[in-house]
Amino acid sequence: MSALLSSSQLGPVPLGPVQLGAVQAAQSGVTADFSQDHVGIWILKAVAILVFLLTTVLLAIWFERKVVARMQLRPGPNVHGPFGLLQSLADAMKLLLKEDITVKAADKFIYLLAPMISVFCALLTFAVIPFGPNVNIFGVSTPLQLTDMPVAVLYILGVTAIGVYGIVLGGWSSGSTYPLLGAVRSTAQVISYELAMGLSLVSVFIMAGSMSTSQIVDSQTQIWWALPLLPAFVIYVISMIGETNRLPFDLPEAEGELVSGFMTEYSSMKFAWFFLAEYINMVNVSAIATTLFFGGWRAPWPISAINDGMFNEGWWPVLWFLVKMWGFMFLFVWVRGTLLRLRYDQFMKFGWKVLIPAALVWVVSVAVVQGVRQFTDITLQTLLIALGVLVVIAIGISFLVPEKDRTGPRVHGGTVPPGEFDAFAAGYPVPPLPGQTLPPSPRRQRVTAAAPVGAAPEVTDTETEVERG
Amino acid sequence: MTASPTTLGALQGVAAAFTDAGQTSTGEAVLFWVLAPLMVLGALGLLLARRAIYGAMGIVFVMISLAVLYIAQEAPFLGVVQVVVYTGAIMMLFLFVLMLVGVDASDSLTETLRGQRWVGVIFGVGLAAVLIAAVTRVTYPAPTGLAVPNADSNPVGVARIIFGDFIFAFEVVGVLLITAAVGALVLTHRQRLTRRIGQKERSDSRVARLGQGEHLAPLPAPGVFARTNAMDVPALDPYGEPIGRSVSRVLRVRGQEREFEEFAAGLDDEEGGGTVGVPLPPAGAPGETTGPTTTITTGRGSEVQP
Repeated sequence: MSALLSSSQLGPVPLGPVQLGAVQAAQSGVTADFSQDHVGIWILKAVAILVFLLTTVLLAIWFERKVVARMQLRPGPNVHGPFGLLQSLADAMKLLLKEDITVKAADKFIYLLAPMISVFCALLTFAVIPFGPNVNIFGVSTPLQLTDMPVAVLYILGVTAIGVYGIVLGGWSSGSTYPLLGAVRSTAQVISYELAMGLSLVSVFIMAGSMSTSQIVDSQTQIWWALPLLPAFVIYVISMIGETNRLPFDLPEAEGELVSGFMTEYSSMKFAWFFLAEYINMVNVSAIATTLFFGGWRAPWPISAINDGMFNEGWWPVLWFLVKMWGFMFLFVWVRGTLLRLRYDQFMKFGWKVLIPAALVWVVSVAVVQGVRQFTDITLQTLLIALGVLVVIAIGISFLVPEKDRTGPRVHGGTVPPGEFDAFAAGYPVPPLPGQTLPPSPRRQRVTAAAPVGAAPEVTDTETEVERG
Repeated sequence: MTASPTTLGALQGVAAAFTDAGQTSTGEAVLFWVLAPLMVLGALGLLLARRAIYGAMGIVFVMISLAVLYIAQEAPFLGVVQVVVYTGAIMMLFLFVLMLVGVDASDSLTETLRGQRWVGVIFGVGLAAVLIAAVTRVTYPAPTGLAVPNADSNPVGVARIIFGDFIFAFEVVGVLLITAAVGALVLTHRQRLTRRIGQKERSDSRVARLGQGEHLAPLPAPGVFARTNAMDVPALDPYGEPIGRSVSRVLRVRGQEREFEEFAAGLDDEEGGGTVGVPLPPAGAPGETTGPTTTITTGRGSEVQP
């Protein structure tokens, strides 16, 4: 673990004093109050985030295996430690002690660099995720957040984009076919899905009036953005699964097609880094979804009303944040346990022809509504009523447009005249399509011909059989 | 590093000018002096790297360092957008193309344009002269900092400039980019001359060709573990006949498929059929393999071996 720690400690530290200084100079546009922070607090927070991420990954691997196992009616890991909790620790130890193989055809430098880029960038995201409001740490009032800036969410998109270089370079430098294919797929995937993801986030920026995470959380005091911006939330959830290369979008490492994609040639610690980065990224996108759409650290409604918002202060918010984040982690596992991997062309078509246009339309409508509210005196209520009327009219018009006729049965491109049906026409028994009727069973004719008297029960049997098809 | 002393001197002058005005903190100066030489190295890497990927990595490094410098100079929006747009999207597309061109493609050294090297050198020297002259002779006004434009946070300040002062230029650039994108689409668009054959059509045609040797179900697995532990032995159908298709097409093309006769002979032996052939190997002790001991035809490559 020491190698891992030393490499990952690089995480938030180089961005430390210099960047934080710049951020504090440009502190306007950020709600969180970092004015009392000093170097000690920064280091404390950075280390805490690191420890949090590493333990969360160990827990997440166990959680995923256990939950998927429950969904598949088997016990899952249950040998090491209580409830098998130490299983992922044992796996990590095994990975550390394995022989480190470097492929002969590999480009040594980039081959080593790629997993480092992955982990490094995965660790950077949590620097701007707020865990809670201001608390007292050693007499210093400081927010439970390493740093914040007016462009925090863009910063997250930026480090995610750099993290992809790990995958791409890892696939390329392995000097082998499957990893290269995985890398190419991953490039295409990330470019396509990051667009949709960015667009879905834009509507949150418009509503919150800021890109700083603390201010976005602050803007959700009244209502969580997941409700009014439901389409954006749905698009974000879909594209976050695509971004993290998880089922049903795990094409870069589709084990049935590409062995394990970009990490095929990696072993031991280098593989572990990729693995770590993948799980940290899961945690990252869950945390972003929580922060941007689920109210961040704010307590859910009935609890938030108790005792004048008592549960929205102090250390309580960490609990709400973690509960929401693990809810998204559960969603990941649930989706993995439920859905099949998409075919590559379906996946691309879905991204470009469904997600991106939908996200664009949604952003434009949110912008128009916000613009009308801001620049005219129309109240939100009137606006929503007008929009509702518009939608009803649009639906009414859509009824007048004649539908395309897709009901006709098509076999080999041609239309089969209704009525006649030969189940063996194509040489392979098929059931009748809608509009076709099955001819009377030859067996039934035989039965009635052979035994016209006293064979009634048999006839009814065949009849029901025919009816059932 | 081959950068001339004059360039270094000029850089030093720039840094000193800022420090003298009292606007650059020590941290920022340290950041600059750490990043600037590394950026120069990265930029030289683009020129000198033999492999295209290393050149691309050089640019990526320069871009990210530049973004860090922007952020240090109170322009976080510009810095982050630089990373998202240039590093995340544009360089990624470059890498995509590089990887599609080939895993091992290095630059071809034959020049297609005659004399381009000399023209390049002349222009390069001219550019360097202009830059050096400009950097050394220019006088800087006292820097005012970004406190005033950043008063309502940096993104708001940038938005005011772009959507207020430069809205026309912004729209023109937008139109230009869209024209370029649509033009690329039109130029690469291919008219479909035949009907599109999708999954539905393929499956229909397979069903139609069912009688002519086409099979709907997946190919049968080879006879692994049935009688041997090798992939090159065909599976048996219910009548005991070998199914040639069960052996991987690659093995069949290479001629590495195992002759079924020798295998079938062994089968008959075991069942008391009495056919003379290769007997099955005797059962080994526990923990010892009883794999095939017969000579296996492994295609053309095996002929040269003794």
